[in-house]
Amino acid sequence: MIGRRSWLVFSALVFGFAFLYVPIVSMVIYSFNASRLVTVWDSVNSPTVAWYVELFSNHEVLDAARLSFQIASVNATGAVILGTLAAFALERYTRFRGRALFQLLTTAPMVLPEVITGLSLLLLFVALEQWVGWPSGRGATTITIAHMTFSMAYVIVVVQSRLATVDRSLEEAAMDLGARPRKVFFVITLPLIAPAIASGWILAFILSWDDIVITSFVSGPGSTTLPQLIFSKVRLGVSPDINALATILVLIVTIGVSVLGYYMIRRDRRLLREAQAVMEATP
Amino acid sequence: MTIPTAPGATTPAGAPYVRIDHLTKRFGDFIAVRQVSLEISRGEIFCLLGGSGCGKTTLLRMLAGFETPTEGAIYIDGTDVTLVPPYERPVNMMFQSYALFPHMTVEQNVAFGLQQDRTPRVEMKDRVAEMLSLVQLSGYEKRKPHQLSGGQRQRVALARALVKRPKLLLLDEPLGALDKKLRERTQFELVNLQEQLGVTFVIVTHDQEEAMTLASRIGVMRAGEILQVGTPTDIYEFPNSRFVADFIGSVNMTEGKLVEDEPDHVLIDCPQFGAAVYVDHGVSAPPDAQVSVAIRPEKIQLSREQPEQGHNVLSGVIVGIAYLGDVTRYLVRLPTGFVLRVTAPNVYRHEERLEQDETVFLRWHESAAVVVTR
Amino acid sequence: MIRSLGRIGRGGEAGLGRWFVIALPYFWLALFFLVPFLIVLKIAFSNVQLSMPPVEPVVTWATDKVLQVRLHFANFAFVLGDSLYLAAFLNSIQIAAISTLLALLLGYPMAYGIARASGTWRNILFLFVVLPFFTSFLLRVYAWLGLLGRNGPVNGLLLKLHLISEPLQLLQTPFAVYLGMVYSYLPFMVLPLYSAIEKLDLTLLEAAADLGCRPTRAFFAITLPLTREGIFAGCLLVFIPAVGEYVIPALLGGPDTLMIGRVVWDEFFGNRDWPVASALAIILLAVLSGFVLLLQKVQSREGAGP
Repeated sequence: MIGRRSWLVFSALVFGFAFLYVPIVSMVIYSFNASRLVTVWDSVNSPTVAWYVELFSNHEVLDAARLSFQIASVNATGAVILGTLAAFALERYTRFRGRALFQLLTTAPMVLPEVITGLSLLLLFVALEQWVGWPSGRGATTITIAHMTFSMAYVIVVVQSRLATVDRSLEEAAMDLGARPRKVFFVITLPLIAPAIASGWILAFILSWDDIVITSFVSGPGSTTLPQLIFSKVRLGVSPDINALATILVLIVTIGVSVLGYYMIRRDRRLLREAQAVMEATP
Repeated sequence: MTIPTAPGATTPAGAPYVRIDHLTKRFGDFIAVRQVSLEISRGEIFCLLGGSGCGKTTLLRMLAGFETPTEGAIYIDGTDVTLVPPYERPVNMMFQSYALFPHMTVEQNVAFGLQQDRTPRVEMKDRVAEMLSLVQLSGYEKRKPHQLSGGQRQRVALARALVKRPKLLLLDEPLGALDKKLRERTQFELVNLQEQLGVTFVIVTHDQEEAMTLASRIGVMRAGEILQVGTPTDIYEFPNSRFVADFIGSVNMTEGKLVEDEPDHVLIDCPQFGAAVYVDHGVSAPPDAQVSVAIRPEKIQLSREQPEQGHNVLSGVIVGIAYLGDVTRYLVRLPTGFVLRVTAPNVYRHEERLEQDETVFLRWHESAAVVVTR
Repeated sequence: MIRSLGRIGRGGEAGLGRWFVIALPYFWLALFFLVPFLIVLKIAFSNVQLSMPPVEPVVTWATDKVLQVRLHFANFAFVLGDSLYLAAFLNSIQIAAISTLLALLLGYPMAYGIARASGTWRNILFLFVVLPFFTSFLLRVYAWLGLLGRNGPVNGLLLKLHLISEPLQLLQTPFAVYLGMVYSYLPFMVLPLYSAIEKLDLTLLEAAADLGCRPTRAFFAITLPLTREGIFAGCLLVFIPAVGEYVIPALLGGPDTLMIGRVVWDEFFGNRDWPVASALAIILLAVLSGFVLLLQKVQSREGAGP
């Protein structure tokens, strides 16, 4: 029931979505612009895929992309494991010593400015190197550790909110029927929160893939991630191969989200049909 | 502390199968269950009846093993299970929400408990099939919970809990989620099932009708304590306290003073009635004691003509009539202003019915009233 | 009701499992999140020197094994006394606050629209709000570089419409920074708002209408107060990280939009003055910690709600 206010809401929606998407769309369009000036349309030579071709033969970019991918995958997996454990602890164990601090530690990385967390992590790695000799120099390992630390916070949010909706009597019923707590977690709880874990993995992957500030602090020579590469280029101004890269990334994400969306809609329809069938069949 | 029982009621024969000994559960400052002691016999259907917050669910959960008692002990078939975790107790529970595993089929749900016991595959299949046919769900093995109706889900939950042949089956508000017709049918099905399998049931409910229909014995609970234990008849006809009398069914309750106290009868002067009530048995109370008198509405009869009996007759004006098809409920106001409830069965299809504002006589048998001293 | 699931059993199996579940993430966070802050604190009290790391040790072993702690307060004095840093702090807070407000003004109606949409539409709109979040943050800020440039389409459009005669300097201005901030943080505002609005019981609004309340008034009297927690959460989720934002002012901003995130970065990478950078970080942390605790409180209240 929106009533007379619907025009306001509608225009806000239209404006909001336009605002969100115009920049993205513009990047895509300009990636086909032959002119090096990017925003000045060269109508003679455009549209062209020259920049895409150049991109695929650019070893720097490919290496950085590969590194980012590796780090993001390891990070996502680790963050999901740690995050699920933490979410479980926060949601199911209502009383234990140091719980308040734990809650703070799991929210703060998500919220604090990246310069603070990046700076502090670098100092930690330096100090650790001095004391125990590990990690020797900064590189992929330190970046991964740093990413896991803040990704974990996001995973916890996603998993915990899903965990809260799981009917506890399901877990109790399993225990009542003879399953020990660990079994209950793997056989009952985990399947029920699986979608949240999957979303958490994807979220952690993207956060890591995308991160620039924290990565800059904790990376070292020889470990250049894609965002770092992009950033150093972008500081100098617009550049068409960045547009090409951006378009590819946008395409991948759009496909991913569309597939997800389609799958979700189909599942909803199927559940609805089944529920209706039950209602009709019941005398 | 012995549980007060009604005259005529006996504790069931045989050693108690389930013994609850001074069980107490505290949540911080709040005492949910207070020194409860109870004995349940093998093969019984025992019902814990009470309003919300009376502690019945907590008691049930302690029997299941989901709550650890603060004090006291629980013995099942002689073994102390007080601190035994739920997955090691020979107790199974049917949850109020059924708690069927949504990602498993009916078959997998029912087989779950047997899997935990590492039952061999062949035996497991047989027992699951047997159980499903007992609850009339053969053929539904491959369905998932969201593809079942409410009643079907309940039967799966029941099958799942019973397939392990537990020593004790706990049921949490089993009929609460069902509509009236289904409820009636399920009531009888439950009792039949129990008789067939011989499993001891402990049911928790706030619904009196559920308790009265299902239970062989009822324990009325309030504020963490058990007020009375007895068969449905005991509880209804011989309540031991105002609360129990008032809690079950409707009742007319008034205060009075003992004016005559003989071994074979008592006379209680009730100012709210404006007359004395004659009861045909003795009451253990000091002379001139203040007592409560309870008369069930169906025990009072109305008539236009003056009754012949001497005692237990009143007259009043009908101020409310509710025709319910099988019975008619009347509200009759006495000259003192007190309003009595009377329930009369509609024995004849055609008769001259009593009408609003008519003056009528009320009478009840000398054994009808219950004297309550607490 | 207190779940005593963990305490059930002879403590052996369930107890050990429970300990492990809590301990593993706890240790990780303690080591990689808590300890670093202590180190930052320590470094903030130390002195610059030409070495790697470019800091003098705070705690040293003097002769005959006596611990000597030299706390160098100069860094804090320097930072707090210098008007440049102070200006950067205040500027950051101002920019973050205004960005938060703008994001709220745009985000609330958007969230409302999505929450009120019917089934399939709602899912689609939701996905579309979230999608930009999944595309690279850096690249989206970069996109504005293209759009707002002197040769960019915005200027081009304005020129074509004859609204201006010369291209405007849109980049390296506060306008660009605000634009970039709202743009990047909008999903963070919309998501908690959407969550709060979605939980709103529509029958409350129906009851209000039934009692004669006009829709606009109902919005202010019922909808807004009941979504209050979503508003707080959204604002805090935008404000706190925005204060220390680095990328947006670095790419889109100019000298008059100096933010503290940039200052910390420059001190650290530019001047290699780790102690001063650390001191700045500590002060920033101190300023924000109050807000972080507030967010904690809001989120725990949300969780404990009906």
